[in-house]
Order: sequence, then C-alpha cells, then structure tokens
Amino acid sequence: MLRSRLLEERLITMYKQGDGYFWIGGPGEEAFNVPLGLLADKGTGVDHDFLHLHYRSSGTLLALGADPVDSLRQMKNVASDPYSRGRNFAGHYSARKWNVVPVTSPIEIQYSIAIGTARAQRAGTGAKGISIVQGGDAGTAEGDFATSLVWSSRKGAELPLLLIVTNNRYGISTPYAGQHGYDQISERGKAFGMPTAVVDGNDVEASWAALTKALHYVRTEKKPYLLEAMVSRLRGHSSASGANLAKEEVDCLERFQKTLEDRKILTRSAMDQLRDEVTTELAEASKRIRGEAPPTPESIHDYVFADKNYVGGEV
Amino acid sequence: MATMIQAIRMALHVGESRLGVTDIFGEDVGAPLGGVFTGTQGLETTWNTPLDERGIVGTAIGLALAGRKPVAEIQFCDYAFNTIDLLKVAGNTYWSTGGDWNVPLVMMTPVGAGIRGSIYHSHSFDAQATRIPGWKIVMPSTPLDAYGLLLSAIQDPNPVMFLMPKALLRVKSKPGEDIPGAPDDDKRLAQMIDAPLGDRSAWKPEWPALEEMYIPIGKAKVAREGTGVTVLTYGRNVPMALAAAEELVAEGVDTEVVDLRSLHPYDWEAITASVRKTNRVLCVNEDTEITNFGEHLIRRISEELFYELHAPPKLLAGAHIPGIGLADNLEMASVPQMSTIKSAIAELAQHEP
Ligand SMILES: Cc1ncc(C[n+]2csc(CCOP(=O)(O)OP(=O)(O)O)c2C)c(N)n1
Repeated sequence: MLRSRLLEERLITMYKQGDGYFWIGGPGEEAFNVPLGLLADKGTGVDHDFLHLHYRSSGTLLALGADPVDSLRQMKNVASDPYSRGRNFAGHYSARKWNVVPVTSPIEIQYSIAIGTARAQRAGTGAKGISIVQGGDAGTAEGDFATSLVWSSRKGAELPLLLIVTNNRYGISTPYAGQHGYDQISERGKAFGMPTAVVDGNDVEASWAALTKALHYVRTEKKPYLLEAMVSRLRGHSSASGANLAKEEVDCLERFQKTLEDRKILTRSAMDQLRDEVTTELAEASKRIRGEAPPTPESIHDYVFADKNYVGGEV
Repeated sequence: MATMIQAIRMALHVGESRLGVTDIFGEDVGAPLGGVFTGTQGLETTWNTPLDERGIVGTAIGLALAGRKPVAEIQFCDYAFNTIDLLKVAGNTYWSTGGDWNVPLVMMTPVGAGIRGSIYHSHSFDAQATRIPGWKIVMPSTPLDAYGLLLSAIQDPNPVMFLMPKALLRVKSKPGEDIPGAPDDDKRLAQMIDAPLGDRSAWKPEWPALEEMYIPIGKAKVAREGTGVTVLTYGRNVPMALAAAEELVAEGVDTEVVDLRSLHPYDWEAITASVRKTNRVLCVNEDTEITNFGEHLIRRISEELFYELHAPPKLLAGAHIPGIGLADNLEMASVPQMSTIKSAIAELAQHEP
C-alpha cells in the first residue's frame, strides 16, 4: 500500500516537473486495490483470472508483482515502457503474462469486453479462472455497465464475473447525486438476481474480507457478483484538476498505519523508515529513466498488424 | 452452384470443424433461426446473444483476448454505428500495447442497398470501416470469394471485418466457380445444408466434404480484362460493372473491372497495373460520396499515377443524403445502378485530354 502510494506521489511529482504530460492514478484506493492484486489468481490464459482494470489500479499491479519503475517509464513515455512503449498515459496498464487486459481511456468499455473473457471461462468449459472487471461510479451510467449485468446473469448462461465499482462519489466534477437516483450502484445488481455488497474501501481488512467472499462465490458458483467499494479520491480526478491533496477525504494508508501501530505490528519509525527508503528509491529511478530513449518517430508504424496469433498461444 | 450465403455457411462450418473457430454468435444467429439471412444454420458453435451490439463486439474482443476464435455477427451494419469505439479498440489494442495482445476476431455484417431495405437496412459500412486502422476489411462479390476470404479472415491473427453485400447473398455462383467439395447440383446442396421450414429441432445438416481454399487478404481480382477504362469496385457493384462492361462492347468500349475484394490492406499493385494499362479510372461504391473510400483511391492515384491519366479520375458513389428511401425510385436514385455505371464508363472512355 505504501509503495503504491509513494509511486503515485512520484508520478505526480514527475508530472509537475515536466517529466510527463498527464497523470491519473489511484491514491486513495490502495486499501481495496492492493488486496485485489493479492487475491487474484495471476497467470496467463483461462485457467487464471482476467483483470479488466480501471486507470487507478497501480496498487493492484504492484500487488501482482509489477516493477514500479515501469510505471515511471510509462509516465516518461520512453520506448522501454513495457505497457505501451511510450504510447499511452500513466496508469494504462497491460500485462498479458498476468491476464491484465489493456486499460483503455473510453470509460466503461471494459465491462463489455469482460463478458468475453468470462464467457471463455463459464461453467462447463473446465477453465479454472474467473474474470474481474473494475471501474468508477460515474461510468456505470454508460450502457456497457448495463450490458455486463444483462449478459452475465442470463439464466443457464451465467458468467463467472466479479463486477467491481470503486465509488469515489465523483465523475470528473459531477457529484454522485447529479448522476444517479439510487443510493448505491450495487442496488442495480439486485434486479439481475446477483449477490451484491458494499464495502468500506478505506478499510483494508473489510476490503480483504469482502473480496475473499465475492471471489469465492464467483469461483465456486461460476456466477456474477457485484461489489461496490466506497473509496477516496485523495488527489482529485487527475493532473487536469491539479492533483492536489484533498484534505477532506479519508486516507486509507494513514488509517492502516495507525492500526498497525495500535496493534503493535509495526512501529511508526519502521514505517517512516520504509517510506524514506522507497521515496529515495523512486526519486533516483525517475532521474535514471530520464536517460532512457524515447520511441523513434518511425516506430509509429510498429505493431499495427500481428504476424502471429500470440493470444492463441503462438510464439 | 452455391449461393453466397451458403458459401458463408460452409466456410463457417470449415472454420468451426477444422480451423479452431470456437464461437459464432450474434442476434438470432443460433438455433432455431440460424441468422436472418440463414448464414449460420446448422452450425455447432453458434449461440444467440442479447439484442445488444456493444455487448456483441465487446464479447468478441474478450473471447479473442482469452485465446478463443470468435466470429461475431452484427445483424445489419446499420446497427454497428453504436459500436464504433469498441471497433476502434479491437483495431488499436495490438498497437497501443506495443505488441502485447493481438485480437484475432472476425466480425461479419450485411451491408448495402438493393433489397428495398429502406433507411435502416441499406447502409454501407466501407467508408466507416476503412477509417478504423488496425482492421483488415474484406468484401466479396461472388460465393467463391466469400468462401475463400472468410477462411482467410478466420485464420488471420488480427480483427477482420467481413462485409456481406446483402443484395448478392442469394445469387448463385457462376459455372466454374463452385465451392471446392460442394455438389454442383443446387437442389442437392440445399437438401444437404439448408434448414427445413417449420420445426427444425431434429434437423441436422449433411455437410459436403469441403476443401479449404484461401483467398489472400489484400489481393484484388481482375474480374474482366480490358484496355479502355478501369473500374475499381467491390461487393454489389462488381456484377453491375461487369454487366455494364458487356453492354459497352457494342459501343467499342473495352472495360477492365477490378474487384478489390480487400479494402484494407488494398492491392495497390493491381490498381497501378490496371491504371497504367487503361489510363482512365472510375471508382464505384454505394457509400455516401463525401469522405468515401473511392475518394482515397482517387487521391492516391492522382498523386502517384498522375502522368498515367488521360482523363480526370471519377467517383460514382451513393448520394450524400441522410438515408436511402424505400420506394424503387428513391433507392435507385440514391446508389449506383448498372445504367449509371455504364454512362460513367462511357463518358470516361470518350474523354479527350
Ligand atoms: C466514454 C468516455 N466519456 C468521457 C470520458 C472523459 N472522462 C474521463 S474520466 C471521467 C469520469 C469518470 O468517473 P468515474 O467513472 O466515476 O471514475 P473515476 O475517475 O471517478 O474513478 C470522464 C467523464 C472518457 N474518458 N470516456
């Protein structure tokens, strides 16, 4: 959680120092997103979980084992950015080795795409994995969210799909009540006969428990489950709104550190020391990658068409 | 002699029984109907989707990413417009992830006018489709080409759009253009693979011993050789251009008809060879004329083959109007007809530099 937070802070600093053009990310969602990455069954293909993530998922990626320096590379849009080779914004992850389906900017389309991976894993296929899709609250107004509810809950053709909504109570600036007439997004799942739950996404233990329960249901029943996590947006929507600290929001990291301290699991000074170490590490890495090559102009023509069916197993 | 829709069905059968197709799906694609044009009758891997085009395209992408080989149908291309951002994602995923994920899917959809389909069953999709990089786009004009292009589309590791010219789906193949392995006798073929009317719950097709035949994506076909004027066209307008060319023989005009078959990538070599030979070129298609694929071809021909031309290149396309009206006169005045193609060719042939 700490590493993920410090990574986001470094990305924001890079943006502010002119080492990137745009920042968007997940400070405030770590207490939910880190458990998600730890609980997902990572791997390649239908026997592992497919992750259709939001652009605030650095906590999940780091929990899966991603190198934070790669996120800095994407921010700096250098050719060595393994997620998009300098082509896409920060937080737009893609990792086929872990079934992390590419994060894309059009809001909510991952909910339509997730139906396909879930269909490939439905009951009777023998596939061991499930599909997990995540997005924000405002985006659920798009038709793709309704699409995922309809397609995943058809009787006899249910899909093993965990639908997650991370609700930070805002679109970019539009507050929750300006978009939705119902109190919780998860209420919509009830009409489709799927189990639903709301969890305090600032509480890491509650998030862990809610995710464990939801994942267990989807894995064993091979049916959909809608989980809504109430989260904070600690740095506003993105760099476009300044990326400044939102003091009124609950900070899940503060909260978790206090718990660790109260329960005498870690001392404040040990946590502070870790913070200093990781901060220095990331600051140095961000300087180092300034020297990495940008993509060449000719590279715009690379990867337009595939020569082999890599996703089909060709190498 | 198979019809184009039978050829498509047979290609899908080969696809699912030998080439790894796992899912053939769309609205009314599965049993009992087997597609509104009968293209998916009797197949093993078909299933019906909710009436939701965005869901269909999203599912196709997801299935492809999960290593399956989907063939998705949009019932009419008129209803694909709300999926364009998803089509863009299918086309840009390999590129935007720097080669991490390719997206091997086939989307098939009936296009064009000619069946009095009125405003929402007459749209063309070629202008839109060719504006979405990362896709391969094919459009057959004969049953045999439909068979060979669909097999190539299925084997391609990229998203391929298979545009089905609605007006030609029930047209039979010409002698010598039989689907390899299918019986010549059309009654026999129909008995074998067409679902009976009424209750078909117990019916099973009897598939002929089909042979695989691949038409490479990106290769045009000279449908008629000639020396006077080149017609660059595809889909429904190919047989019209061929008929116009035959009528113009009497007027001493020798027309070459190039059936592009693939709109992207397109066969620039074949286009160049034909334009160098005839020095006169007409592009024909049904899509609306402003920002039309034929305009692109004319732009490139003007830039790269300008000094080969003996007449200004010409585009004959759909009128730039909001829709295609139902009445005979309306539909016929909206998109190219054999007669308008014929006069456009004649005009080009007569043009004096
Ligand atoms: C289809 C689409 N419309 C608009 C936008 C611009 N946009 C980017 S983020 C955003 C708000 C998303 O809010 P929410 O779904 O609640 O997610 P959050 O950013 O709060 O996590 C908007 C409108 C977009 N990216 N895609």
